[in-house]
Amino acid sequence: MSKARVPALGAEGWFTEEGGAALVGSRCATCGTVSFPKSTFACPNPRCAGTELIDARLSATGTVWSYTDARYQPPPPFVPTADPYVPFALAAVELDGDGLVVLGQIVDGVTVADLHVGRRVELVVDTLFADDDTEHTIWKWRPIPDDR
Amino acid sequence: MTDDVVVAGAGMTAWGKWGRNFVEYGVEAAREALADAGVEWTDVQYVAGGETVRNGYAGYVAGSSISQALGWNGAQVSTSYGACASGAQAIDVARNRILAGRCDVALVVGADTTPKGFLAPNAGDRPDDPDWLRFRLLGATNPAYFALMARRRIDVHGAAPEDFAQVKVKNSKHGMANPRARYRKEVTVAEVLDSPVVADPLHLLDICATSDGGAAVVLTSAHKARELGIASPVRVRAVSTVTPSFPNTVIEMPNFATDSSGVVAPPPRTFMDSIAHVAYEEAGIGPEDLSVAEVYDLATALELDWYEHLGLCAVGEAEKLLRNGDTAIGGRIPVNPSGGLACFGEAVPAQAIAQVCEVVWQLRGEAGDRQVEGAKVGITANKGLFGHGSSVLLST
Repeated sequence: MSKARVPALGAEGWFTEEGGAALVGSRCATCGTVSFPKSTFACPNPRCAGTELIDARLSATGTVWSYTDARYQPPPPFVPTADPYVPFALAAVELDGDGLVVLGQIVDGVTVADLHVGRRVELVVDTLFADDDTEHTIWKWRPIPDDR
Repeated sequence: MTDDVVVAGAGMTAWGKWGRNFVEYGVEAAREALADAGVEWTDVQYVAGGETVRNGYAGYVAGSSISQALGWNGAQVSTSYGACASGAQAIDVARNRILAGRCDVALVVGADTTPKGFLAPNAGDRPDDPDWLRFRLLGATNPAYFALMARRRIDVHGAAPEDFAQVKVKNSKHGMANPRARYRKEVTVAEVLDSPVVADPLHLLDICATSDGGAAVVLTSAHKARELGIASPVRVRAVSTVTPSFPNTVIEMPNFATDSSGVVAPPPRTFMDSIAHVAYEEAGIGPEDLSVAEVYDLATALELDWYEHLGLCAVGEAEKLLRNGDTAIGGRIPVNPSGGLACFGEAVPAQAIAQVCEVVWQLRGEAGDRQVEGAKVGITANKGLFGHGSSVLLST
C-alpha cells in the first residue's frame, strides 16, 4: 500500500501540485500586493486597508539570491530523514516577477558546490520526511540545467 | 544639550556559562552600576528590564524579578521584549521617562542564562508559530540565516572566508584585554578556517556562542548627574528601536520570505541601514563623527555588513576597511573594542546594554588596554529576531 501524501503540518495550503508545482500566496484584491505565506486577514502594505485576500499561484521559477547548508542536524521540531544525518542545502530564491524572495530546501543530491548567486532554479514538491503511513510534503528548489 | 539623559553608572558581570539563575547576574550587574553612579538602590525611581528570551520568545520576567531580588523599593517598573534588541528597548523606555520629567533616576538591567547549542523553539507542535515552522519545514537554524548574508558578501562583493576569519582574529585580540570577556585567547585565520563548517560558508569559529551574563546602566537626568557630582558625563544622544519599512526586501529571521516589492517600491533605506540612520537623525551626528562602534557580530560576516549599514564605508567596501586595519583598536574607527560577541557569546537581553557599557567606558577613558584613544562619540547597533532594530548613540 502506498503512503498517503499530505503537506507537512503547518504548510497546508502553502503550495499546490495541480497544474504543476507552485507556491500559493495571497494577493490583495485592493492593491494587488502579493505575500507568502498567505496574508489571511490584512494586507501587509501599510497604505492599504484591504481585507479581501485571494489565493495567488506564485512563479515556480526564480534566481538564487543566496544559499547555505546545514552541516549539523538542526534541533527539533526538525525531523531528520536519515541516520546518520545527511546535510542538506537551503536557498533564498527571488521569484520571477513576484518581487519577493522565498526560502526553501534544495533537493537531495545538490550541494552548495552546485550553487551560486544568480543560479536559475525551479520549484518542486518533495518529501520533507515520512513516517509509517504518511509522506509529509514540502516545496524545495531544484537547479534548472544550464542548457534549458 | 544640557537636558540630555546621562549614563551615570555602568555595570556588567563577566560572561561565561555557569547555568545560575539569571536574576543573580542581574543583581550583580545592577549593584555594580549603582555603585559606579553613587546611587542607592532605594533611590531608584524606575526599573526597566530587558526580558529574558526562551526559544525565541519572552521568557522569565526581568524587571520585577530583579527588583524583588534587590529588595522591593517601590520603584515603577517595565519589562521589554525585543529579542536581541530587548536591552535597547529598556534603555529607550527609561530614557523617555526621564526626558518626560517623570523620574530622575532609572536602572536598566538585562541578564540571562542561555542553554547550550543551537537556539531552538519550544517543544510541542505549534504550526501557527513562524519560529517553530522554520525549524520544522526548512531546518533553518539561526546560523543558516547568518550564512545567507555571508554568502552574499562572497558572491556579490568578492569577500573571502579569510576576510570573515580576520574579523574573528581582530575581535579576539580586542577581547584579550577585556577582563569580562568569556573567551580571552588569540585566534588565527587558520584556526577559524580549520574549524568545522556549520552553515556554509561559516565555520564554527565564525559564529558566536551563547552565554550567561548580566549588564546594567543607571540613567539619570542631567540635573541629577550634577547633583551626583559627575563632572563630564557620558550622554545618551539618541536611541533607535526602529522596525522595517514595507516592503522589507531582505529576508528576516524567522521568516520564510521577504515582502513583495511588486506593488510598492522598496524604501530608500533597507531595514539594516535605517537602524543607525534613525539614531544619527535624532542626534544630528553622522558616521564621520564616530570614534568607536559596538556592533552585533552574531557571525563574523555580519560585522562586515554593519560597517556598511552604519555608513563607515560604502557598500561592498567593508573587507577593504577591515584589511586596512581601520576597524582595529588604533585604526580610524575601531569596531568592537570589547571583543564583541566573538569573545563574549550572546546573553540576549543583556547584550544591547553590555554594548552601551563598553561605549561608556570607552568615552570615559576607562577601557584599560583596549582603550580607543580620545573617544568622544560612540554608537551601538544590533538587530533582534522578528524585526527589532536597536542603536544607541552616546557622546561625552
